[in-house]
Amino acid sequence: MPAPFYVSPEQIFRDKEQYARRGIEKGKDVIAVEYENGIVIVAENPQKTLNKIYEIYDRIAFAGVGSYQEYEPLRYQGVQATEIKGYTYSREDVHAKWLANIYSQIIGSAYRQLDMKPLEIEILLVEVGDDIYPKNNIYHLSFDGRLWEEENFATIGGRSEQLSEYLQREFRENLTQAEALKIAAKALSTLEDSQITPETLEVAILDKNQGRRKFKRLTSEEIGELLKE
Amino acid sequence: MFKTSLLGGSERDFPNSEFRSPPSSDYGNSNFYELLQQKYPHLVPDFSAFARQSGVSMPNKDWERNMLTGTTILAMKYKNGVFIAGDRQAVEGFQVGERRIEKVYTTDEYSAIAVAGVAGPCIEMAKLLQIQLEYHEKQEGVILSLEGKANFLSGLLRSNLSAALVGLVVVPIFAGYDLNRKIGRIFKYDITGGRYEEVDYYATGSGGKDARGTLKKRYRPNMERDEGVKAVLEAIWDAADEDLATGGPDLIRDIYPTVKTISSSGIEDVSDSEIKQVYESLIDALKE
Repeated sequence: MPAPFYVSPEQIFRDKEQYARRGIEKGKDVIAVEYENGIVIVAENPQKTLNKIYEIYDRIAFAGVGSYQEYEPLRYQGVQATEIKGYTYSREDVHAKWLANIYSQIIGSAYRQLDMKPLEIEILLVEVGDDIYPKNNIYHLSFDGRLWEEENFATIGGRSEQLSEYLQREFRENLTQAEALKIAAKALSTLEDSQITPETLEVAILDKNQGRRKFKRLTSEEIGELLKE
Repeated sequence: MFKTSLLGGSERDFPNSEFRSPPSSDYGNSNFYELLQQKYPHLVPDFSAFARQSGVSMPNKDWERNMLTGTTILAMKYKNGVFIAGDRQAVEGFQVGERRIEKVYTTDEYSAIAVAGVAGPCIEMAKLLQIQLEYHEKQEGVILSLEGKANFLSGLLRSNLSAALVGLVVVPIFAGYDLNRKIGRIFKYDITGGRYEEVDYYATGSGGKDARGTLKKRYRPNMERDEGVKAVLEAIWDAADEDLATGGPDLIRDIYPTVKTISSSGIEDVSDSEIKQVYESLIDALKE
């Protein structure tokens, strides 16, 4: 049996990184922006039912970019894990940090396994504050499983750095919901080949004033109204 | 894929388990109750197993004295949809066991369940139904049809049958707004999971018969909301008047029956202050 060729670990992980980045770049990006009463999550997505932004639990939303096929099962497992946890203990005991760590391990283990392809995805796990836990939390997960916190705003996708630069200039504390949405939509419209209309935008909010389930998906009409304001 | 059994399920191999694609064999199942049965059997609120293991085959008088029971719950249609309501008292034998117990639970934006029977299993079933409806909505991105919700509740009741036979009874009313047919609908159930739709109103529980008497006189098709609230509250008043196990308005402790309206714009609570007002004028009318 011939010996396998030697490939250095550096080379393997460079290839994996390139592979994952290229996969992610093919898709569209997602932005999350904090406003006075919550967080707005915005993406350009011409598809109507295959979403990038989803409800996970009472205060937690999920946004994914890259391969839909690969982030969808993670979302599914997230809903499952949080519901089981809330059912076992209490709904107050479900925190995004816990789920973010689990995601980090899954994505990271796929990246480290030498005979596996890396996941071509990037994820935001967004948690809005409430009376008991007033702080908003935004967790950013990259294709290699790295996990970090973001503040004020976050961007994922192939052109996230460009978006991030724009938001860095435009972001202010205590934006209204409409202002936050407008800034995010403007940021997306600075990208090449972007077509931003209320119909092509996918928008969801996590709003503190929403009752138990803070997540709400906005319709094209609602998006249009907010952009007009 | 990662094991949600981090929480103490049968598979405890996270985080060493390898990521597999397709991720997990249960991907795509949006039935929360089945998930519990298959992966978290220790979390299934299985009162039937409890009944079997305890070897009891007949309703047990000692149990009954120590269990919270007694109730009037009802549902009635009106112009925009349907009311669902219940009193707030539970009894243990001949004692008041609980004055503020909640018997009407919002299960999602367009439906609610009211429960009569033994409090423990009743509340557990209402909670499970609520989680199931939300779980399905989140996993599939669409709300179950009202038919689907009502049928799922049948299944929960069937699985509780052997518990019901020894006295751990759950008798719910399920009401909601059918978004596909644009009408309010009322379902009643028996302990075998049998599901029967009511056309205009229904009441059950120990004071159910008395409440039905009042609704029979007061109900008219296409009632306005305010008129309906009055009819519903009068029915609970009459039930509490005749049935020891049903609680009426408690003006001293400020405890009032629960009334919810369900219509195309979603589910809403009728506020305590409104209920108080209705009862005050009802009491004035009765004094005359």
